[in-house]
Amino acid sequence: MSEHHHDHDHYTKGIMFADDRSIDPAAIEMLHKAKADNVETAHDRYAAQLPQCGFGDLGICCRICLQGPCRVNPFGEPKKGVCGADADLIVARNLLRTIVGGAASHADHSYMAIHCLKEAAEGKADYEIKGSDKIKTVAAKLGIDYEGRPDNDVAAEIADVALQDFGNATDEPMRWITATAPKERVDKWAELGVLPTNPDREIRAAMHQTSMGVDGSPVNTLLASLKLGIVDGYAGLQLGTDIQDILFGIPQPVKSEANLGVLAPSKVNIVVHGHMPEVSEKIVEWAHKLEDEARAAGADGIQLAGICCSGNEVLMRQGVPMAGNYLSQELAIITGAVELMVVDVQCFMPSITKVASCYHTKIVTTTPIGQLPDAEHIPFTPDTADAKAADIVRKAIANYANRDPQKVQIPTYRSEAWGGFSVESIVGALSALDAEQPLKPLVDNIIAGNVFGAVGVVGCNNVKVRQDYQTVEMIKHLLANNVLVVATGCTATAVAKYGFMTPEGAEMYAGDGLKAVLKAVGEAAGLGGPLPPVLHMGSCVDNSRIGDLLGALAGYLGVSIKDLPVAASAPELQHEKAVSIGTWAVALGVLTHCGVVPPVLGSPLVTKVLTDDLDQLVGGKFFVELDPIKAADTMIEHIAAKRKALGI
Amino acid sequence: MKTIFVDHDLCLSCHSCELACATIHSKSKSLYGAIAEEYPARSRIHVEYVGSGGFPLQCRHCDDPQCVKACVSKALYIDAATGAVLHDDSHCIGCTMCVLACPFGAVEEQEVEDNRSAVSKCDLCQKLSDAPACTLACPTGAISFKTSEAYSKDKRREYLVELTSTSKEN
Repeated sequence: MSEHHHDHDHYTKGIMFADDRSIDPAAIEMLHKAKADNVETAHDRYAAQLPQCGFGDLGICCRICLQGPCRVNPFGEPKKGVCGADADLIVARNLLRTIVGGAASHADHSYMAIHCLKEAAEGKADYEIKGSDKIKTVAAKLGIDYEGRPDNDVAAEIADVALQDFGNATDEPMRWITATAPKERVDKWAELGVLPTNPDREIRAAMHQTSMGVDGSPVNTLLASLKLGIVDGYAGLQLGTDIQDILFGIPQPVKSEANLGVLAPSKVNIVVHGHMPEVSEKIVEWAHKLEDEARAAGADGIQLAGICCSGNEVLMRQGVPMAGNYLSQELAIITGAVELMVVDVQCFMPSITKVASCYHTKIVTTTPIGQLPDAEHIPFTPDTADAKAADIVRKAIANYANRDPQKVQIPTYRSEAWGGFSVESIVGALSALDAEQPLKPLVDNIIAGNVFGAVGVVGCNNVKVRQDYQTVEMIKHLLANNVLVVATGCTATAVAKYGFMTPEGAEMYAGDGLKAVLKAVGEAAGLGGPLPPVLHMGSCVDNSRIGDLLGALAGYLGVSIKDLPVAASAPELQHEKAVSIGTWAVALGVLTHCGVVPPVLGSPLVTKVLTDDLDQLVGGKFFVELDPIKAADTMIEHIAAKRKALGI
Repeated sequence: MKTIFVDHDLCLSCHSCELACATIHSKSKSLYGAIAEEYPARSRIHVEYVGSGGFPLQCRHCDDPQCVKACVSKALYIDAATGAVLHDDSHCIGCTMCVLACPFGAVEEQEVEDNRSAVSKCDLCQKLSDAPACTLACPTGAISFKTSEAYSKDKRREYLVELTSTSKEN
């Protein structure tokens, strides 16, 4: 090997000390085991990728047409691609395509849920509809008469309305938006020309708009980004959560646990990973049904655990513990104790089969679009879900005998974690204080300053930043300053691992004003202690729950969401979905923090629009801050300014 | 002395070396900061293209440098400790004779503060980094930092590896 390669390796491997890669002791323990077992993880692959390409990092590489790849030089010439696109246009087009990726992921996720609901409602699926309460609230919003009708009839009509949005051939806006978003926002979006019609059409139009030789206006392209963020918010998040609550029930507060220590040394460990509760709910159901078969196979039963949002879905509704968040997916396998990992869509790394090949772990894929070459593919459909889930659980049980005790090392770290904080359950808890006006106690405490404001912290892990570090440090600072935090997705799991989602967490982390409120609500609601200072509101599609809560608070106060003393943050964002969710949050009028730099800095214009001009348009904007304390301070200052403007 | 060597077969023309060079010579030393500076630092290495394939060119730090000979103000000099050809901006009068003299086009003018031009050339990242930033940034290993003895030794070994594998195949 040449001397250069030696230098290069030294330079890149310098960052690869396990202890610097995560603040999670379980993750660090498994990264050391990975090294000892000679197993490659995302951290190794990241080190091998360094230094990453500066053109891509700045968003100024264009690969859209075959005359490229073109890149513009931020330090000199050339300043334009072959077609004449400059940095502003190239960055704007790339950003829109990223947001299309996110919006498409969530809209497709919702579409699969609608399909499942429709078949369930017609009695053609292996699912019974559990969310009777949600049927009524969603039907009421859509103007569907539900009085005296069987749940399945109303559910089928709801599914039809959702499908009509995807088949909308008119220029009328999506019905799900006009029915569920605050009217003030809908009017604002209509005024700006960014009110979506049919989500599939908007996704198609955006791909067209960004293709070679169509939109040459970076500002017009950025407006389309705003529109596609709204597509994600309603065709993805809102629709997905509403339909999933109808299918599987509205989450209620539930006690669970988080971190790799939830894996059981002498049980059949099954990990559900991905995003679709249609798969994970059925695995949970059949794991309970086949517990005896696991005992017959010599195990003490079946231990379920989640990774990413398939896990969050079954934590919220079934109390299934979380094994970890995104960067812990390979590490769960490295424990040597996972019999089977079942994945559906989104966020499972193509590497997991390679990691699994070093142990006895079986990987099962379940959707036509999410397959892995070395996994077993067991396609899930609504009408075969029972048979498929039973098959998958039995494969896990059969694989228990193949576990090599020499390779097993399960970290002991685990924390209690409460989940299940849907808007309905939060309002339910607040009703214990004021049954007539449940939001009044919360709003009164916001006005009194006991609750200074609220921040929704959402999103992923990103291998570029130390796992969980920015999330945890930022949230600690917010809580100490009496800012209530709600969390979803891998961020929720990040804080669940360290005790932020326990009643004791209120004592440990919340400022005095916030602590008193959490105690009062928790005790009145019969939770036997304070509410956790960070409320787990679910998966990443469940960000719609945060939107619903903001809408309800704004409605109660008679103001726009943009006037509320709130902010949003994605401290460790990784996926395209995080960018589209963030864009929706900005469209709602929320200041939105990114803790990882999105690839837009190559364009001064795009950077300015995102971090400044959008505020004038919609009352929300992005800001980027890599230091968690500074990020928290910026949000606290923003909340203070909003309080002042409200006169509180 | 160690200097920069190029294996042009490995160059994919990604221009990452140029970004890394400009960044390390900027005030902020970060890519995000460097592009936002009022007078962005320019790269001192350039991937040039004639016929087939790219080739990253930079100052060869000649033993008998024409640019130093051409410099009337002693701004260009050979560093006694390392043998690198360096430029001291405080002595430069901006006559650009060095630009004319360099046979590789590796000495350039650059706009700096106060509407002034200054000479810019590779300094091997001395005082900035253990190895030149371009060599660290190159994703394929096309650019390396080594002595000419080490370069020749590597080249001899590569030749022998190829020779023996070809003779085995035959």
